[in-house]
Amino acid sequence: MTEIFKFISGAFILLGAFLSLVSAFGIIRLPDVYTRNHAASKTSTLGIMLLLTGTFIFFFVEHGHFNSRILLGIFFIFMTAPVAGHLISRAAYNTDVKLWDQSVEDDLKESRESKPSLIERE
Amino acid sequence: MFEIVLQISLLCVSISMLGLLYRLIKGPTVPDRVVALDAMGINLIAIMALTSMLLDTTAYLEGILLLGILSFIGTVAFSKFIEKGEVIENDRDL
Repeated sequence: MTEIFKFISGAFILLGAFLSLVSAFGIIRLPDVYTRNHAASKTSTLGIMLLLTGTFIFFFVEHGHFNSRILLGIFFIFMTAPVAGHLISRAAYNTDVKLWDQSVEDDLKESRESKPSLIERE
Repeated sequence: MFEIVLQISLLCVSISMLGLLYRLIKGPTVPDRVVALDAMGINLIAIMALTSMLLDTTAYLEGILLLGILSFIGTVAFSKFIEKGEVIENDRDL
């Protein structure tokens, strides 16, 4: 029984490490800040959640040690990592970082141009 | 067997750390570097969990929550600094 749960935990850990590798390749290869941010926030969040779940299962099965800090860490990372990604992306857009030159749609720019009072509020 | 899995995962996370370091050095704009730093903080949490499993101790697991909180606060402060030019603004300072 213990070996089965260790196998499950090892599978979670390998999947999490692989997802973090995928996120690094996305950050190296994608063309602009927004696509890189897309790769970084989603993939590494899921990867770290899987890896911490594997850690939790390992310590629970191997030592009978119920570590609530890992559960809190999973919950906290799930809440905050997308928010941090959103904030960086917003800061990049507001400081006029260019989109990739082959991207075709910028809805935020159109909506801001149609309502100029919102931009010049400062 | 389980130890080999842990070592392979540690290798994967270290390679991804090197890739993020490349983006941190080369990144053409400041938000690129902040994205790379944020992902590096998350990878550091992964390395901490893997190391505590390799050493078979639960003493390092408190650091997971701590690093998560610190990485989030750092990213929020950096993005506010990029957007507004200051981190803590004083509205009464007219």
